[in-house]
Amino acid sequence: MATNIILSVHALKIKFDSRSVIRNLSFDVMEGDNVAIIGPNGAGKTVLLKALLGLIPYEGDIRWSPGVRLGYVPQKIAADRQMPIRVHDLLAAKAHVLKSPAGSIDAVATLVGLTPEVLNASIGVISGGQFQKALIAFALLGDPSVLLFDEPTASLDELAEEQVYEVMERLQRQQHLTVLMVSHDLSVVYRAANKVLCVSKDAVCFGAPKEVLTPATLEAMYSAPPQFFLHRHGEVSEPPRKAAGRD
Amino acid sequence: MTDAGTVFSITLAFLFAAAAGLVGSFALMKRMILAADVISHVALPGLGLAFLWHLNPLLGGGTTLFLGTLLIWQLQKKESFSTEVAIGVVFAGSVAIGAALTPKEDLVEAFFGKFEQISGLTFLIGVLAVALIVFFIFQCKSALILNLFSPELAAATGIKINRLNLYFLLAFSLTVLIGLRFMGALLAGALIIIPAATGRRLADSIGVFLLASVLSSVLAVGIGFLVNTYVFRNLSIAPTIIMASALLFCVSLIGSKA
Repeated sequence: MATNIILSVHALKIKFDSRSVIRNLSFDVMEGDNVAIIGPNGAGKTVLLKALLGLIPYEGDIRWSPGVRLGYVPQKIAADRQMPIRVHDLLAAKAHVLKSPAGSIDAVATLVGLTPEVLNASIGVISGGQFQKALIAFALLGDPSVLLFDEPTASLDELAEEQVYEVMERLQRQQHLTVLMVSHDLSVVYRAANKVLCVSKDAVCFGAPKEVLTPATLEAMYSAPPQFFLHRHGEVSEPPRKAAGRD
Repeated sequence: MTDAGTVFSITLAFLFAAAAGLVGSFALMKRMILAADVISHVALPGLGLAFLWHLNPLLGGGTTLFLGTLLIWQLQKKESFSTEVAIGVVFAGSVAIGAALTPKEDLVEAFFGKFEQISGLTFLIGVLAVALIVFFIFQCKSALILNLFSPELAAATGIKINRLNLYFLLAFSLTVLIGLRFMGALLAGALIIIPAATGRRLADSIGVFLLASVLSSVLAVGIGFLVNTYVFRNLSIAPTIIMASALLFCVSLIGSKA
């Protein structure tokens, strides 16, 4: 493995019972990359992230470079948000499990912009945007070198969505993180990602957004004519919008 | 046996109450609060056999409780059943077998328990069991919280969630086992359920929740003993304790935070 390759995936196959979800997927991620993973519903984007985290069985090869620490922001949490657990309780629990140094909770809270009021609030009473920031802070505990986001702004309003993306971009700039992010929003893909991984049963692509996100690729991937506008620097166009439903 | 046997028995009842409050708090958050009621019934076949063969009821009850716990864990793990479904299946079979095996004259004791003096050895084993439960809860509190919040995130943090679930079920069953002798199979689980529900009404943070559940449980046992000693002298101790616990829950409904 070359020194600046942080993740190498080769001939990855994932299936549940007899249903094949991911077939023969191979790609490399370099340190500092921001990789957007796109594809239609049921294509296996979330499944791919779970395999990368080692949470589900797979065939093939997933190789992280030695010493890599992963942080994960899931698409949704099925937790009962009425539990008497405060945001700080949650962060403290992870900090305790990872034996993180004192002050790490305050550090990640500052990084994502969680105020002391939100830290001391129950997880059941904070807004969707604050909850998502709490999940990002949670992922940042343990000083990860790679962050995996699964549709981090799903079900957020546009203001909260913008705040979350600002946090993500700031983190990548300041912390020099490698990011793998599942997203349906092509505007975000163009704005934040330097590489795109298309996951679909009919088309697989990997490369720079403006090279691989062609109308033909998108049509093959979503099995429908794409409703988007290709953005090139220096040209004026409408921003591309969400491509399809959620995984 | 001497008066020391009574002191041992009462002390162990209070220790059981504290353990039940702690375990019950997490059981409530895991949405397996009804499981407390049901899982104690898993002890019935063992109690029945113990009465039939004149063995120590705790030995029989503990054996089937342990086997039932392992079975529930396997069902949960391998068949992806919810805890409620898994426990429900084991429960129905256990009650049927227990009712068939237990001699009629011992059924009341099997269901409602019997307060009696205990030996120093039984007391010591009970104290060690409670210490083990309390140690587990405080040692694994953070992992339990993460697992409650999201098993997926807990696993991504490096927590072995299958193992944690097994340990929790064992702690849960051990708590039931400690209370089995004087609370009976029918009501041992109730002292895990009701104080936790009371604690939840009063708390908005995990620390306060645990404390309120423990205090409510211990208070219920204290009130139960007092009422049983001075008012309802002919009544079994278990129903008195559970009535006291239910009364505390009703009080918690007045002016509670949550």
